[in-house]
Amino acid sequence: MSNTPDLNIDRVAELARIALTPEEKTAYAAQLGEVLKHVEQLKQVNVDGVEPTAHAFSVENVWADDVAQTGLSAEDALRNAPAQRQGMIAVPKVVD
Amino acid sequence: MFQYAGYSLLATHYSLLKIMNYEAVIGLEVHVQVKTASKIFTRVGQGYGHEENTLTDPVVLALPGALPVMNKAALDAIIKSGLMLHCEIADVCKWDRKNYFYPDSPKNYQITQFDQPICIGGEVEIELPGEARNVMGEHKKIPLTRIHQEEDVGKLTHFAHDSLVDYNRAGTPLMEIVSDPAIASAEEAYAFLTTLRTTMVYAGISDCDMEKGQMRCDANISIRPVGQEELGVKVELKNLNSISYVRDGISHEIKRQKAVLKAGGTIVQETRDFDGITGTSQSLRTKEDAHDYRYFPDPDLMPVRVDQAWKDRLAAECPERPFDKQRRFMAAYDLPYTITSVLVPDRELSDWFEATVAIAGKPQAQAVGNWIANDLLRDLGAANVSLADAKITPAHLAELVGLIEAGTITKQIAREVFTESFGSGETPSAVVERKGLKDDTNSDELEQWCRDAIAGNDKAREQFLGGKDGAINAMKGPVMKASRGKANPKLVDETLRRLLAE
Amino acid sequence: MSTPLTFQTLSGIADQLASGALTSVQLTQAVIDQTAAVESRVNALLSHDAADALAHAQASDERRAAGKPLGPLDGIPIALKDVIAVRDQPLTAGSKMLEKFVSPYDATVTIKLKEAGVVLWGRANCDEFAMGSSTENSAFKTTANPYDLARVPGGSSGGSAAALAAGEAIATLGSDTGGSIRQPAAFCNVVGLKPTYGLISRYGLAAYASSLDQIGPFTRTVEDAAIVLGAIAGHDHRDSTSFKTPIPDYRAALQEKKGPWKLGIPKEYFGEGLDPEVGAAIEKAIEFYRQAGCEIKEVSLPHTEYCLSTYYIIATAEASSNLARYDGVRYTHRSPDAKNIEDVYFKSRSEGFGDEVKRRIILGTYVLSSGYYDAYYLRAQKVRTLIRQDFLKAYEEVDAILTPTTPTPAFKIGETTDPLSMYLQDIYTVGVNLAGLPGISVPAGFTDEGLPIGMQLIGQPYQESDLLAIAHTYDSAHDWSGRLPEL
Repeated sequence: MSNTPDLNIDRVAELARIALTPEEKTAYAAQLGEVLKHVEQLKQVNVDGVEPTAHAFSVENVWADDVAQTGLSAEDALRNAPAQRQGMIAVPKVVD
Repeated sequence: MFQYAGYSLLATHYSLLKIMNYEAVIGLEVHVQVKTASKIFTRVGQGYGHEENTLTDPVVLALPGALPVMNKAALDAIIKSGLMLHCEIADVCKWDRKNYFYPDSPKNYQITQFDQPICIGGEVEIELPGEARNVMGEHKKIPLTRIHQEEDVGKLTHFAHDSLVDYNRAGTPLMEIVSDPAIASAEEAYAFLTTLRTTMVYAGISDCDMEKGQMRCDANISIRPVGQEELGVKVELKNLNSISYVRDGISHEIKRQKAVLKAGGTIVQETRDFDGITGTSQSLRTKEDAHDYRYFPDPDLMPVRVDQAWKDRLAAECPERPFDKQRRFMAAYDLPYTITSVLVPDRELSDWFEATVAIAGKPQAQAVGNWIANDLLRDLGAANVSLADAKITPAHLAELVGLIEAGTITKQIAREVFTESFGSGETPSAVVERKGLKDDTNSDELEQWCRDAIAGNDKAREQFLGGKDGAINAMKGPVMKASRGKANPKLVDETLRRLLAE
Repeated sequence: MSTPLTFQTLSGIADQLASGALTSVQLTQAVIDQTAAVESRVNALLSHDAADALAHAQASDERRAAGKPLGPLDGIPIALKDVIAVRDQPLTAGSKMLEKFVSPYDATVTIKLKEAGVVLWGRANCDEFAMGSSTENSAFKTTANPYDLARVPGGSSGGSAAALAAGEAIATLGSDTGGSIRQPAAFCNVVGLKPTYGLISRYGLAAYASSLDQIGPFTRTVEDAAIVLGAIAGHDHRDSTSFKTPIPDYRAALQEKKGPWKLGIPKEYFGEGLDPEVGAAIEKAIEFYRQAGCEIKEVSLPHTEYCLSTYYIIATAEASSNLARYDGVRYTHRSPDAKNIEDVYFKSRSEGFGDEVKRRIILGTYVLSSGYYDAYYLRAQKVRTLIRQDFLKAYEEVDAILTPTTPTPAFKIGETTDPLSMYLQDIYTVGVNLAGLPGISVPAGFTDEGLPIGMQLIGQPYQESDLLAIAHTYDSAHDWSGRLPEL
């Protein structure tokens, strides 16, 4: 199905919580296979002893003082809720 | 070859014999909420018992565009915890995202520390129960793996047809304290949590109220034949929401595992939920293999560098560790173990004690300790008043023990004075003065009362003279009565003995 | 014939407002009228509120009448890409997922614009969650390029570029993660600035890839870009990646900084795939600078060929995590068919996200997953370091780097369907984001067919003053933006 046997599209879609139709799976696997093939080129780069960049300009110790401020009203917090009850977000019953 | 095989056979036989004895290996993961004013990555207030969804903001709810900013006080708190628990504080630590979907997790990732925790190693000193209440138990040091910081999730409440989510708790600063698998029993686990709680409360880091979820504990439990190096299959026990439940849950789990093995079964790696009320546990159906948290450094947060000056400043703010204080109290003040074990776990109480001794003088330390452990705690309890709100002060108590020592009042009178001072905040001397409680008996008067008492108690006198020392007490009663309780008991005793010897 | 009002420069309009020759209400009404006239063909805006805009214009005029204008932006209608939060306004990010979402808070740039007296006008269309190079990935509409309605305006900030080019706003804001401001600016004949990472707060910008995203302005001239940048740049305590640096008077710097400059031409940006007409226009621009006394030096950015791969790994990895919050639980679309919590996730996300977003989330999830992290994500972060070092090394010799913004002019709507080919659109722009540098696209001519061409100038970290001055040298000597689209 895929050009990249490593890309287990079912498993990855499960982790990403996205339901894919069989057509989407086929198409994505092929398209992402192409992208991954392109990305393979990075293996040519010698990265021995190279530090990874997580931030373009890393600064240390960025924080705020612990002073409590007013947040959103409960009304604003729930303003866009698809379902709510008793001042809380409602979801179908969660079974552990 | 034959030799080797024979040896091997013997060894197997030997281990089969020993296999009847198992030992438990327990590791604890304790989550402690840090008592800050605002949340860990945003400045909206945090706390327990607020109306649902009133402690949120765009960051807490993970609205589009919201970004985290570290709380300095939460960092101070975890570094302090690390210093209190003998951890190495990392020079640099960073924040990672742990990705998983759950409705109580607004971003569907938790900001945590994956491979660079802020506190590394460390230990928790524990005390096991002694032979008796008044005997200090064995002390042990349980090594820690790490302490890292992360954010708490919201709270899900389940109803018949749906579940409701309150995000007030989401983003509360949490520390996860992970012990090595080095705890050998339920009692040790109990002691571990007790020390942890005392330490956190001492340092003002958390109130560790398990009922409010301020301290939460998961236990990894396995058993193995005594002498075996390799660890057994571990079972994770969750929802241990009181220190007693931790003890009961672990104890139950060890028994369960032993029973399984003795019946020839095998332990399966699983997560079990312990019900403290029924004392039973059941397996939680979790798809363990489905977890792939895809940790990666959070690009929204910068790393933290902890320099020596920062550590030094926090070290200076750290209080004395509770067990160190207990040892010092026993050595420096000659206090009995039982009194120290009342005073020390409560930092305010032990400070109150030291403040009193500082005024009253070291020789009065035992008396002060006794007054606090008995009278003060009793009166506080009866009046339902906290120490901070009490009207009686260390200066009052110091004065009171001074009055007793000087023979100005008797111990019996002193109790009355204490209660007065406790209730009104009036100084003990003022109480004594106002109520005329001073032992103002002169020696002539006392001698006459003693003579009367001896004369009126022929039987006791004869018994005393016949060698029964305790009989003297029957003669003291009338003297105290005549003095309306003010006579100095020591003086009464001396006078009676002198007169009886005549 | 004089330039129609809504096509005039921001600086010129500001002067008219200041002199009293024009009121904000008149200006805003002109923007509303122009929008009414062209929007059905351009489709640049997702929403707009004429009454609200006029009310704010009125307030601006009253401030001015009272002698208390808030600065050069007071009373100027500016449209925001629909990924920037404005309190009580929709914020869709071009996604069905947020179709009904109304923001309960303001982004930091929104607050700054409000404080500057800006008339917030309209929400500009974009590729869903800023993922795309054509604005075809919007869940709501396909924006057309005002210079050729059959062509794309570029993306992901295509709506912002097209709205400005079509005279539907005096300036707009976009966001740029891999070229999303510069590429549409090039396609639509406007100036597009992506500032240094950290110069403008990201608070309130719906995140695509946190370590790459930056907000920036679209304007008609470089001078206008300097004015808008001055209003929105600056440290923000709500964004931990926001940089503490003094904000100079960018506009004044355009006059003060005169060069001559040393400009670097990276040979890797002029190879295969570069459209000859684009190449020729950039050569002319280089020649202009040479004539202006600048030193032109060839430089090398040897890891250029790895930029796209590195970008797509890092951007999709971050996106897979950033977009996990759109889950059907708290404020997004929730599938009406969700029977249990897993349905809420799987169905809501399948229905709410479009193809490209799903593809990128899946790619990003994959590169972070157990067993692949080191080979993809960690390696990409290391190559990112090498890419940054290439630029920093080049800056030892030159003040700025000059390249084409895009390899080709705007392509036709529906023409590019293969994701990899679409990704190649960003080939000259992604390196700037990976290195965190400021980059600007300036109009640099037209093809024979009349399609705009953009020149990219890449500056040094936090040296926007220099970058803008260099760009202004060219821009003020040309009038490409004066060639209006025929609508």
